[in-house]
Amino acid sequence: MSEDKQVRFIITRQDSPDNEPYTEEFNLTYRPNMNVISALMEIRRNPVNAEGQETSPVVWDMNCLEEVCGACSMIINGKPQQSCTALVDHFEQPIKLEPMRTFPVVRDLIVDRSQMFDSLKKVKAWIPIDGTYDLGPGPRMAENKRQWAYELSKCMTCGVCLEACPNVNDNSDFMGPAPVSLVRLYNAHPTGEMNKSERLEALMGEGGIESCGNSQNCVEVCPKGIPLTTSIAALNRDTSLQAFKNFFGSDRA
Amino acid sequence: MAENRDFMNRRLHSLLGVIPIGIFLIQHLTVNFFATRGAEAFNAAAHFMESLPYRIFLEIFIIFLPILFHAIYGLYIVFQGKSNTTRFGFFRNWMFLIQRITGVYLLIFIAWHVWQTRVQASLGADVNYDMMADILSSSFMLVFYIIGVLSATFHFSNGLWSFLVSWGITVTPRSQRIATYATAVIFVALSVVGMSALLSFINPDLANM
Repeated sequence: MSEDKQVRFIITRQDSPDNEPYTEEFNLTYRPNMNVISALMEIRRNPVNAEGQETSPVVWDMNCLEEVCGACSMIINGKPQQSCTALVDHFEQPIKLEPMRTFPVVRDLIVDRSQMFDSLKKVKAWIPIDGTYDLGPGPRMAENKRQWAYELSKCMTCGVCLEACPNVNDNSDFMGPAPVSLVRLYNAHPTGEMNKSERLEALMGEGGIESCGNSQNCVEVCPKGIPLTTSIAALNRDTSLQAFKNFFGSDRA
Repeated sequence: MAENRDFMNRRLHSLLGVIPIGIFLIQHLTVNFFATRGAEAFNAAAHFMESLPYRIFLEIFIIFLPILFHAIYGLYIVFQGKSNTTRFGFFRNWMFLIQRITGVYLLIFIAWHVWQTRVQASLGADVNYDMMADILSSSFMLVFYIIGVLSATFHFSNGLWSFLVSWGITVTPRSQRIATYATAVIFVALSVVGMSALLSFINPDLANM
């Protein structure tokens, strides 16, 4: 009986970055436990739309298939999320798939999230340990702090928080919540802390933390449950102190 | 500090909204509240404010310049956002949108209100109970003022909440939630004060007191 059950998909497609988007519908045979990616794979195997016409296969991005890499993020029934963990059983039909338009669309459901990686470079979201000689072991991190930091380290740069943010768009150069939260992660690390003020200065620059409008959508939609708004508020405090230090203080540390 | 211009402007915008503009709003609504004690009490209070020494400097540095900066920079902030409450109907996202709507409304309302009262006063009109009673006798103006006062009390209360976040005072979700309740109480209290004053100007019993 389950062989006859159908699943309907309405997919927003776009042939190239410069083409206009359009929608195309697909009917698929239901299989138990199918998710959005397995449905897309089925369309790729047999690219025939709901009208029975042969069409080009729908393209999308994916990598880990276990909600760790963030590559397969798209808008499913209006909510940005990862398509690998989007089980068809959990959605109302028809299932609508759209690309995350906050980012430039490359084709169909593939978007270019380069801006996020540029932001990570801007805020120095790494711990510099390279030198011309062995720098030796860094300071140790308390276990309870490591456990706390692990939650922040779950960020996979998927872009869902940027998609939900009303202040990330063409009119604003706001880098979005994810890079801000990563500054908190790297500033909390005992070695990363040595470059704390550099990261704070970057956050106080163009498109930085000041563009946050406190709509707090990010923390509601984050698939990893990262306390993004707590990170933003904590860094608001750190940048406040940094600004006072820069103006009234005698050093730039 | 030139490289941090956006940062400093945004922080200044947030600070000015509370000090001095928020303080001025409370003071203004308090003076208006004298209207609930009758025309004579209001006129005496208004006259006291009018006769403060070096009034023009107080007005320029505590009221006009801060509001002008807050309004113009606020408009710039409004145009940077794209509201998405239909897709993300969370409480804070609605507050984000209403903060911007009330801000734009207040820009129009305050411009008109200043024209109708302060500018007229400098042209020789007497700012008193009768002036307000006259303005508010039009039902259109009454509605315009009611929405204006409610917008002001909302924009201040919610702005106070985001001031606490933007300066890093309330960081934890719990402190932010308590700040939500506290600012909601401030909103209701200031609205009661503002509305009582407004309605006193259309009360014929108070006009003769």
